[in-house]
Amino acid sequence: MGLTCMIIAPIIIYFLISNAITHIKAGGAKDINQPIPWIIIIGIFTPIAIGLIIFGYYALKGEYDNYPEE
Amino acid sequence: MSSSTEKAIGKIIISSSLGTLIEWYDFYIFGMLAKTISMQFFPDGNSTAALLSTLAIFAAGFLVRPFGALVFGRLGDLIGRKYTFLLTLVLMGSATFLIGLVPGYKSIGMAAPLLVLLLRLVQGLALGGEYGGAATYVAEHAPNNKRGFYTSWIQTTATLGLFVALAIILLVKSNMSDAAFNSEWGGWRYPFWISILLVGVSIYIRLKMKESPLFEILKKEGTTSANPIKESFGHKENFKMVLLALFGAVMGQGVIWYTSQFYTQSFLEHSVKLDFIQNREIVLWAIALATPFFLFFGWLSDKTGRKWIMLTGMLLGVIFYRPIFNTFLNDTNGKEWMQRAEGRSYVKLAGQKNPYIKRDSLKTSTGILVITHTTNTWLLKEGIQFTEKIADTSGIDNDGGSWVALDNNPVYSGKILSAPLKWKFIFLVWIMIVFVTMVYGPIAAFLVELFPTKIRYTSMSLPYHIGNGVFGGLVPFIATLLATTVTTDPLAGLWYPIAVAALCFVIGFVFLDDKK
Repeated sequence: MGLTCMIIAPIIIYFLISNAITHIKAGGAKDINQPIPWIIIIGIFTPIAIGLIIFGYYALKGEYDNYPEE
Repeated sequence: MSSSTEKAIGKIIISSSLGTLIEWYDFYIFGMLAKTISMQFFPDGNSTAALLSTLAIFAAGFLVRPFGALVFGRLGDLIGRKYTFLLTLVLMGSATFLIGLVPGYKSIGMAAPLLVLLLRLVQGLALGGEYGGAATYVAEHAPNNKRGFYTSWIQTTATLGLFVALAIILLVKSNMSDAAFNSEWGGWRYPFWISILLVGVSIYIRLKMKESPLFEILKKEGTTSANPIKESFGHKENFKMVLLALFGAVMGQGVIWYTSQFYTQSFLEHSVKLDFIQNREIVLWAIALATPFFLFFGWLSDKTGRKWIMLTGMLLGVIFYRPIFNTFLNDTNGKEWMQRAEGRSYVKLAGQKNPYIKRDSLKTSTGILVITHTTNTWLLKEGIQFTEKIADTSGIDNDGGSWVALDNNPVYSGKILSAPLKWKFIFLVWIMIVFVTMVYGPIAAFLVELFPTKIRYTSMSLPYHIGNGVFGGLVPFIATLLATTVTTDPLAGLWYPIAVAALCFVIGFVFLDDKK
C-alpha cells in the first residue's frame, strides 16, 4: 500500500501538468482553459503529492503499526 | 452525567454550532449567487475583472482555507479556542456584510472586483479557522463516551448552513422579479445584509462562553505549545498522523460531501436541466430529511467505533454514485418523454406563442441560410412539464436549389417533474446525503482523538481544510476536465470522486485504528 501511494503521487502531478498543457487556451471560456486555476491547483497539489509520498514511505516503514499516545 | 452538566454542554453545543452554521451560510451565499455577483462585479469583456473573478473562486477555496487553518489553528493552540473562533466569526461576518455594501462595477469600476476579491479571501481565511476551533471546543467539553454524539452537532452545521442559504435566497428571489433581484442594489444583496444580524447574535452568545477546560489545564500547568506549527508538522510522530488523517479519512470525506451536496445540485441543473426552483426544492427536502443522520452516526460512532461508519459511507458512494446519477439522466430523457407522450398537450406561455418560432437568416457566399428556432412547452398527462428547443436549418443556394436539415438533437430544458418522480429524486439525493452523514458525522471526534490537546487545533484544521477545500472543492473543476476529455460518457466527471474515495477507503481500511 505504501509503495502504491509513492507511485500514485508523481502520476497525479504528471496528469495535472499534462492536462494543463493540453487545455490552457488563449481566449478559452471555461475554467479549464485559464492558466490561473491550473497554477493554483498544481501549486497546492504538489506539496500534497509530496505528502502522499512521505505517507507511503512511513507506511512502508511500518510507522502506522503503533499510534502515538498523548 | 447530571442534568446541570447536560444543560451546560447543551449551551456549549448550541453556541458553537450556531456560529459555525452562520460561517457556512456566509461562505455559501457567495457561491450560490456567483452568476449575479459576476454580472455586478466581474463583467464580461474585461480581462482583468475575469482574472479577479477566477482568483475569487479558486484562491478562496484552495489556497486561503488551508492557510486560514494554519494561521488560526496556531492562534487557537497559543491563546485558546474561545477567542480564536470568536475572531474568525467577526472576520467572516464583517466580510460578508461588506460584500453586500460594495457598489457595482458600473459605479466604481475596477475597485469593485478588487474589493470583492479581498473580502472573499477574508471569508476563506475565516472559514479555515472556524471549524477546527468549534469542533475542538465542543470535543474538549464532552465526556469520552459521548464525544461522537456531541461533536456531530457541529457536523450538521455545514449542511444546515447550505439549507439556510438556499432557503433565504429562494425566499428573497420568489418575492421579486428577476430584474429587481439582479439589479445593482437589488435583492441579491439581502442575504449578505442578513448575515450581520445572525453574526451579531452569535458573537453575543460566544462572548459569554468560557475557555475549553482542557486548554485551561494546559495553560495553568504551563504546558501549552510554544510553536504549534513546528510541533504539528515538524515532528514525525505527529506529522505522520496528520498525513493519515488526510489520506485515510478526510480526503474521501471531502469528495463524498462535495459530490452529494453540491455536484448533485449542479448536475441536476446543467446536465439533467431541471427547473431552477424544483432543483433547489429537491435538495432542500433531501437535506432536511437527512440531517438527523449526522447525529445518529455521531452517536453510533460512540458505540461501535468511528472507522467503519466513515469507511462504509465512502464505499457506498463509490458503489452507488454512477447508478444514481444514471437514474437522474434516464428518468428525465426528453426524447423518451416525447415518444410515450400520448395525448400530450401544449401549454401556452404568457405573452408567447406556443410553439414559439423565430427565424434567423444569414446570407452566405453559396446562398441564404435560414435557421428556424422552435420552442415548444409540453405538459404530459402524468404532470411532467418541459421545454423543447429545436433548431432546423434550411437553405436556398445561389443556383436556386433548396435543402432542409432537421434538428435530430432537440434540447430539453426547464424540466418540472411529476410528484412521484420528484419524490424519487428527493429519495436519491437523500440517500447520497446519508452517505455524507456517515463520513462526516463522526469525523470531528475522529480528528480530535487523533491529536494531543496542545496542538489539536492546528493539527486537525489543516488536513480538514485540504480534504474539504482542495479535494472536495476540486470536484467541479476535475469533473469538467473529465467531461471534456471523455465526451461519450455524461457521467465521466464522477470518476474523480469515485477514485479519491476508493483510494481513501483502502488507506483507511489498512491503516486506521477503530477508536470508540
